[in-house]
Amino acid sequence: MEDNILLQAIERYLEGTMLPAEKEYFEQLRKNTPEIDQMVVEHSMFLHQMDMYSARSIFKDNLHQTHNKLTEKGDIYEGTELSTKGRIIQLYQKYKRVTAIAASVGGIIALAISVIVTSLSPSPKKEDLQELSKKIYVLEGKFNTEIKNKPSKLPEGATLKRGGTGFLIDAKGYIVTNAHVLKGSSFVNVISNKKDEFKAKIIFVDLNKDLAILKIDDKDYVPFKYLPYNIAKSGDISLGEEVFTLGYPRNEITYSKGDVSAKTGYNNDTASFQIQMPANPGNSGGPLLNKNGEVVGILSTRELEAEGVTFAIKSKNIHTIIEEIKNSDTSVQKIKLPKHSTLKGMDRETQINKIEDCVFMVQAFNKK
Amino acid sequence: MKAELNEQLLLKGLANRDSKSIETIYKENFNMVQAFILNNNGSYDDARDIFQEAMIALYEKTQSKSFVLTCKINTYVYSVCRRLWLKRLQQLGRYSNQIDNIEATIPVEDDIEIHEKRNAEFAIMDRALNSLGEPCKSLLQGYYIKKLDMQALAKEFGYTNADNAKNQKYKCLMRLKKLFFAQYNIGE
Repeated sequence: MEDNILLQAIERYLEGTMLPAEKEYFEQLRKNTPEIDQMVVEHSMFLHQMDMYSARSIFKDNLHQTHNKLTEKGDIYEGTELSTKGRIIQLYQKYKRVTAIAASVGGIIALAISVIVTSLSPSPKKEDLQELSKKIYVLEGKFNTEIKNKPSKLPEGATLKRGGTGFLIDAKGYIVTNAHVLKGSSFVNVISNKKDEFKAKIIFVDLNKDLAILKIDDKDYVPFKYLPYNIAKSGDISLGEEVFTLGYPRNEITYSKGDVSAKTGYNNDTASFQIQMPANPGNSGGPLLNKNGEVVGILSTRELEAEGVTFAIKSKNIHTIIEEIKNSDTSVQKIKLPKHSTLKGMDRETQINKIEDCVFMVQAFNKK
Repeated sequence: MKAELNEQLLLKGLANRDSKSIETIYKENFNMVQAFILNNNGSYDDARDIFQEAMIALYEKTQSKSFVLTCKINTYVYSVCRRLWLKRLQQLGRYSNQIDNIEATIPVEDDIEIHEKRNAEFAIMDRALNSLGEPCKSLLQGYYIKKLDMQALAKEFGYTNADNAKNQKYKCLMRLKKLFFAQYNIGE
């Protein structure tokens, strides 16, 4: 019992809860009695051990809780899902034959449906889209009367098939236009906005991309020193970007402008894009320029059902086909696409003034 | 600088057993240690054990008055875990020379020695407490670990008053001391 009281006193002493007089008495006792002094030291050490023990116990609990919390939140993974995975694999092995049969039946049905759908749905290109080349034979008489002050370079007995627009991509006389402008014809002439007519030859046709390259092959042609515009190489087009074109829907060069309204073309075709712009037969093959005088596209088709919905082929396709030509035909190594536009910052009239000489009417015809 | 300040705050939080700090340190370091253990012959359980051991070592390190951490928390935790795991592998006779070192390490041998001494002391206290029997064990745990006051303990254990509870507590404490020191002095 005495030990008990002594321990209690020691603990109160160590906790610092003794009254000053009591404390003084106890310290005196401690000094005079080595046994008590030893007990105090021992107990102090023991209490320290108890503190360490309790702190660690609590901390261990904290860790345990944190671990469970993080596991629940999914921050910690301990492979607990492995057992369920194993079960899925078991199920798979058990039913894989059935699954395979079901999957193939499903596949066959899906194929059959898609065949039926495609056979019943209308072919979009023919029904919904109109190529912007014009059928020349209707307008033939008109042409001849307008150009009659100069001798026509059309050979005797030639039948005009189609017409469209083309523009220079190299001052030496290389012109790009739509492949569909040349459809059904083997010869081509180009006429400048000053009504100068030049003979040209077809160098390259890519029906998939709907692009064709012509070369003016005429002694009367005087090459330009440089082209005022450049051909944009990146396919980046911004929605709402203002664009304009020059073309020959009539026998007179005609300007129209619009805005980029979609980054892809008909049926989400990524090689082309959509413009809100009025376009007419004859505009096909015309350059589409942005405000900086960069050619960003080639006008090609319009949607029949919708008003003013026009499609253009992205200008980077010109770069692609030029590369193709260079790889396949060594005689046209010299094509150099213009890299810099001199039209930046100019007003629209000046820009058009500089561009219009580089835009040609394309006449495709057959000889008799 | 900001990251360093952040680490200091985390360590301060850890020293006070702030649950947010514990969680942050746990979350930021556990997966690294787990990957290390799993890649070196260990199991998920091993990873948790070793990691928590290192967390305890760090926590107890923060309790010392002269505490400074001379490296980043993750370097320290990884170094301790790596050392502990190598020791464990050696004890199990599974030692292999090819231990991946996926992180930078610092020497932690001294810290581990201190940690192991504390492990031993903790085990002795734990054994002593468990061999006390009830209600001594719960009474002492209530007073020294849960830090309840005598009034509440008297009520909880059904003593008629706090003084009786206190008396009982001292009796228990003397028994515990005896058990503890018997073991502790052998250990020394």
